[in-house]
Amino acid sequence: MQNNSSSINQGDLSPSGGVGGGSLHAPRGQKGALFDKIWDAHVVTTVKDGPTQLYIDRHLVHEVTSPQAFAGLRERGLKVFRPGQTTLTADHNIPTMGQDKPIRDEISRFQVDTLAKNAKEFGLTYYGLNNPKNGIVHVIGPENGYTQPGMTIVCGDSHTSTHGAFGAIAFGIGTSEVEMVLSSQCILQTRPKTMRINFEGKLNEGVSAKDMALYMIWQLTTGGATGYFVEYAGEAVRNLTMEERMTLCNLSIEMGARGGLVAPDETTFNYVKGREFAPKGEKWDEALTYWKTLKSDADAVFDKEITFNASEIKPMVTYGTNPGMGMPIDGTIPALNDIDDAGKISFEKSLKYMGFEPGQKLEGKPIDYVFLGSCTNGRIEDFRVFTNYVKGKKKAGNVTAWLVPGSWQVRKQIEAEGLDKILEEAGFELRQPGCSACLAMNDDKVPSGKYAVSTSNRNFEGRQGPGARTILTSPLVAAAAAVNGRITNPI
Amino acid sequence: MEKFQTITSTYVPLPIENVDTDQIIPARFLKATTREGFGDNLFADWRYNKDGSPKTDFVLNNPTYRGDILVAGKNFGSGSSREHATWAIAGYGFKVVVSSFFADIFRNNALNNGILPVIVSDAFLTELFGSVAKNPKATLTVNLEEQSIRNNENGKTESFEINPYKKECLLKGLDDIDFLLSNKDKIEAYEKNRPFVY
Repeated sequence: MQNNSSSINQGDLSPSGGVGGGSLHAPRGQKGALFDKIWDAHVVTTVKDGPTQLYIDRHLVHEVTSPQAFAGLRERGLKVFRPGQTTLTADHNIPTMGQDKPIRDEISRFQVDTLAKNAKEFGLTYYGLNNPKNGIVHVIGPENGYTQPGMTIVCGDSHTSTHGAFGAIAFGIGTSEVEMVLSSQCILQTRPKTMRINFEGKLNEGVSAKDMALYMIWQLTTGGATGYFVEYAGEAVRNLTMEERMTLCNLSIEMGARGGLVAPDETTFNYVKGREFAPKGEKWDEALTYWKTLKSDADAVFDKEITFNASEIKPMVTYGTNPGMGMPIDGTIPALNDIDDAGKISFEKSLKYMGFEPGQKLEGKPIDYVFLGSCTNGRIEDFRVFTNYVKGKKKAGNVTAWLVPGSWQVRKQIEAEGLDKILEEAGFELRQPGCSACLAMNDDKVPSGKYAVSTSNRNFEGRQGPGARTILTSPLVAAAAAVNGRITNPI
Repeated sequence: MEKFQTITSTYVPLPIENVDTDQIIPARFLKATTREGFGDNLFADWRYNKDGSPKTDFVLNNPTYRGDILVAGKNFGSGSSREHATWAIAGYGFKVVVSSFFADIFRNNALNNGILPVIVSDAFLTELFGSVAKNPKATLTVNLEEQSIRNNENGKTESFEINPYKKECLLKGLDDIDFLLSNKDKIEAYEKNRPFVY
């Protein structure tokens, strides 16, 4: 690499470059949207005709997308620029049983050991296996108070959008970008366009944030929000708990969005307050004053605005091989004639993989596996919903169920509430935390040709194991499938 | 990063839409700690049978189609942020990916690894698939300096968009870290003068 980067022109500081001075007010931003305010409060400089150099408040790191970045630092003789703003956990590549023993898969073990070594060498906080704070990166960030309103948060993982639930700009990055943030606490990004998605009205009983997200991705398609950063608004969003907001924001990437956020409110502040790394005392009061300014102005301008009626949403299922291929649980798979010509090859390939026919209904369809977990639906509320449904019932004999808490703290809470006993009586077994069957990097692989009802985020070909067929649902629909052995409408 | 130069090459057609990064490189191959060796597993589940033998109906296993350019259906690279997808494409030997639409993170990752994502119109893309179906030796010329792509089979040319900064980086073989490190004073100045300190 030549070191002549100075030949690239740098423009003037952006107007927002001078907003500082501790005013404890978010700047109005380019067009008055919350996204604009947070973005503009993090601009270090802007390259002429080029990207923005954006300051990152919190960098979350896991074992799979970081080793090459740390190797890059080593090659360049660099340190981590702001080690205190960097948090490491192992989650993608770890077993969900027997975590007290060494990881059996030699290559996985080496990758996890590499993360531990990098943490030590570069002086970083690392929550390794068996650490009480270990868990899925997007679960432990919020539960420990690392995730806060108004922040910029990145991680080498596309579901970093989860943290947008707190009113943060949070997005997934590649390994080269992980190296950028490690070395400079900054990233070069082109400013995305803004979109507001309103969910007006109230959700019906038994319809969850997961159904809202699958409904929205079905309507907008898997690339429908590419190039945009989304703000979720409207009565149904305001009524969501923090965990539900996390589920909604988590799935922003599945319609191509750079990220998605919800303006912080009392629900947010109540969740953050008292968590280990949240501000305390005077610092809390100061933070709260600032956080309360974090909302879109009444006259904010969005590049695109969409409104859905929340009361029209039903429990959702997917039938294809991307999250946009969804439908209400009582719906039918589209007929071939309903698909445009350019998409026909992909549609037919997808249905062939899934073993489904155009025009088919999925309700009543027998299934083989159920997976409750992941950064999408691996939190305590998800386990409560699942447990509440299966209580006093029995797991169907034809179903293998993997129940994987998103973190050790989630698992502890499950035990504290006695949910583990209820699950056990119903024939379910609780596993240890990790990403598990969401991406099947560990041993939790769904066999080829088998149907898995999964609360995770992706139904891509082979995502849950080579040949595995994934049907994405909410935890409630997953519970109904686990008990009945087939796709069942829980309401 | 190598400097990007004008390329004229035959191309490999993949007329599938929404090709996600799990297809480009399945998760079980993400366990490596270096950037090398991913090319062998590019499109692994479409390319190989369970026993490791090649699936004869997949385009990478068809010796008729070779070249430095991959031409794929709409919305290429959706899903996971794994840069391993780009390393697999580069490792296999592709220098350019052409589609009518790319997922954001994939496009950034490609540019950060010297792979040029070229966005063409749906009509141009359809013609590219048509040209190579008629003549597997059909070629494309991609000129980054002029931001043009030419279907040499029918002589049609389109211009494509690229951020001027990224264009300069590719042409000069520079990466973003060089740039960011040269701005340390600005980063420190920002840290001292920001609306709210976390």
